Amino acid sequence: MFTKLKLSKTILLTAILLMGLQLNAQEKGKDKNKKTTFEVKGNCGMCKSRIEKASIKVKGVKYVNWDIPSKQLTLIMDENKCTTLDVKKAIALVGHDTDSTKADSTTYNSLPPCCKFRDPNSVHMDHGTKH
Amino acid sequence: MYAELAGSSIKYPNMKSKFVLILLFLSSIIYGQIEIKGTILEYDGTGKEKVLPDVNIIWLNSSVGTTSNELGEFSIPFNKDYKKLVISYVGYKSDTITVNRPNLGKIRLQPDIELEEVVVRKKLNPIQKSLFNVQNVVTVDSREMLKAACCNLSESFETNPAVDVNISDAVTGAKQIQMLGLNSPYLLFTQENMPSIRGASQIYGLSFIPGSWIESIQITKGAGSVLNGFESISGQINSELVKPLMDQKVFLNMYGNNYERYELNTRYNKVFSDKLATGIYLHANLRDGIIDRNEDNFLDTPLAKQINFMNRWQFLDSEKGWVSFLNTQFLLDEKQTGEKDFDPKTDKFTNNAWGSEVKTTRLDISAKLGYVFPELPFQSFGYQTAFSTHDQDSYYGYNTYNIEHTSYYSNAIFNSIIGSTQHKFKTGLSFNYDHFNERINNMDMDRVDNSVGAFFEYTYDNLEKLSFVAGLRIDNHNRLGSFITPRLHLRYSLWNKASLRLSLGRGKRAANIFAENQQLFASSRALNIINGNGKLYTLNPEIAWNSGIGFIQKLYLWNRSLDISFDYYRTVFTDQVIIDWESPQEIAFYNLDGKSISNSLQVDLNYEIIQNMDLRLTYKNYDVRLDYLSGTLQKPLQPEHRFFGNLSYETLEKYRKRHWRMDFTYHWQGEQRLPNTNTNPSMYQLSETARPYSIINAQLTRVLNERFEIYLGGENITNTTQKKPIIGSDDPFGPYFDSTILFAPVLGEIYYLGFRYKL
Repeated sequence: MFTKLKLSKTILLTAILLMGLQLNAQEKGKDKNKKTTFEVKGNCGMCKSRIEKASIKVKGVKYVNWDIPSKQLTLIMDENKCTTLDVKKAIALVGHDTDSTKADSTTYNSLPPCCKFRDPNSVHMDHGTKH
Repeated sequence: MYAELAGSSIKYPNMKSKFVLILLFLSSIIYGQIEIKGTILEYDGTGKEKVLPDVNIIWLNSSVGTTSNELGEFSIPFNKDYKKLVISYVGYKSDTITVNRPNLGKIRLQPDIELEEVVVRKKLNPIQKSLFNVQNVVTVDSREMLKAACCNLSESFETNPAVDVNISDAVTGAKQIQMLGLNSPYLLFTQENMPSIRGASQIYGLSFIPGSWIESIQITKGAGSVLNGFESISGQINSELVKPLMDQKVFLNMYGNNYERYELNTRYNKVFSDKLATGIYLHANLRDGIIDRNEDNFLDTPLAKQINFMNRWQFLDSEKGWVSFLNTQFLLDEKQTGEKDFDPKTDKFTNNAWGSEVKTTRLDISAKLGYVFPELPFQSFGYQTAFSTHDQDSYYGYNTYNIEHTSYYSNAIFNSIIGSTQHKFKTGLSFNYDHFNERINNMDMDRVDNSVGAFFEYTYDNLEKLSFVAGLRIDNHNRLGSFITPRLHLRYSLWNKASLRLSLGRGKRAANIFAENQQLFASSRALNIINGNGKLYTLNPEIAWNSGIGFIQKLYLWNRSLDISFDYYRTVFTDQVIIDWESPQEIAFYNLDGKSISNSLQVDLNYEIIQNMDLRLTYKNYDVRLDYLSGTLQKPLQPEHRFFGNLSYETLEKYRKRHWRMDFTYHWQGEQRLPNTNTNPSMYQLSETARPYSIINAQLTRVLNERFEIYLGGENITNTTQKKPIIGSDDPFGPYFDSTILFAPVLGEIYYLGFRYKL
């Protein structure tokens, strides 16, 4: 009986502690559903699927949408688990540039011709739809 | 110096430019760098001179170039390797000039005639099979429904091979739908994802939804989702109705055929703002002709009238994330059938003539409310609720059958993600209440069914090859007990444009044996419910497992899209109410004791032969085997082989969308086993099997402009009919009268004419 009470007390304490931590985290301005938008260079539907795939696979990213005409990537992420830079790095790893990251030339060169956004002519290419 | 050279070219006008070039070349050697100069002007047709700055000037096939200055002037070093300059400027036609003199003078660029917006898009096929959807769904849009004579939902599947359309009997003319070799009660019908056409409306309900109200239909083969309940076994058919905010303002359609069937469909929508709109939809039909082409003294098609009215409100606020619908539908449907001289006033319940009347009134009210969290687009909440009353009063000869069905449905769904949109889930609660007031002759069969359930469905997508949907629901039903319903759908991309699908699921339902088999009343068969001690007409609930495998490959053949698909489904009943027609003097209902397995195979090929000409070919194989009390038999009236072909062609649209559409459909049904009639006198006996036959439908539509189109069509144009659709039609009050063994159409060639007007 006594130990049971003790146990429940511990649970309660832990819960309070956790709540405190949570509050603390919130205080630091870390948002669980942080919405950010930044530019990612790219051209077409294939780029869209590549960029979105790379970003959603970053732990903490909940939702992504890359808008083809405006090149803007909208994402919702848990700031406790990742940063915008993590996402930008992941995007660079699949071949796309952002304001603060740049894809290395080997990865970039392996992109299909219509996705080679650094070449201004690629924009006018015949873009396949998905895949 | 330039002037001299230029002068020389003027002096010898017929001298070849090559010579000039040589001179230029020479002078470049002598004088070093030569500059080619010119001024770029806009040519606007008025003769006014306007200089164009920033024009690109580049040597053809090189990267050497310059641009014009603010006065439109340019100068570019001559290079002996190049002969032509390309002058280009956005919004103007590019010009290529042979350089045969150093001063090119005034060069005028013509403005590009403003390009009309050219939207290149792939024409979507009116029947869509998805590569990416986890479930095996065929989406049929309203264009496809125009191909059938199509006046209501039951007739809208005639150009679609996923669903088989049969006529239930020779008297009522009601169309029955089958999927995977199973009758429509094993299918779940939903209207905008709320269950409909169930219980009392199972047989005639499909004719209560006019085709012109339907925006699209989604046909899902196999187990289906747990969201819409536990009842579906062979598949789900969802119909989406037209939405007042998106629909045309006015729609009017009239139709008439050679059997004196007339239809009127009209819709009027009022849009109050970009958020709120309402629509008033009216359907009326009348079938007035006394038709007896097969001269058996029975009407080949019932006399019928229907008034169907719906009011629909749509609210949509995409900024705040709210969406809502409110529907009210009222229906009055009357049918009279039987012997052609039958007059209900004098002959009802007499031996004067055999006749039948079915009168239905129905009210449906449903509401939907959805909310998408504006800051979290992956999270949403939805609530659906529906109320309906269905009142059918009917008699078939001396048999009376009345049923009132009051139903209430409610479903709340929450959608969100676990971690990321790769892991989605839907969860919620549902509630269902059905009150049946059923009376067969003097037997009262009243009952109340109610159930509450909770469901959870998880969707995984690895964004590459694999995605699956796994769902589970737990329900508590006053007659079916507490039980779980698992459903699983999986999709895997094998290679480019190819998908493999698997599905598995369980379904459980209460069979409304009389409502679902009303055609039995149009016969002298005795009713026999055998040895039951269950809770549903003394019978047990039906339980089945459905599993399926499917493959689809999309590819291009001679630059035209081709898709090939096959699917194979197997439905194994652990419990079933067997409907036994095998003794000609009775219909028996009893619990399955043994095996009941339905296997279905479908192979499809769709190909665009030339632009706008599409061909669809389908082969279907059914093996539906049931253990009757008398032994294992193939399900009667079920062809083992079916073949379907559809060819459609549309001419290119001309001014104001003027064009032609034509459509041709071929159905072939193999041999069908007929229920045993051996104990009948020889004149009332049928052969063991019915011979294969084919049916051809064709339609021609002339679109005169974007508002008006007129169509002409023929159904069953080869006039294939069952010669004697009713056994014992000469003695309808005798012991052998039976209209339930129908294996081919009663009606011969049907020709129809109609128009559609949109504003």
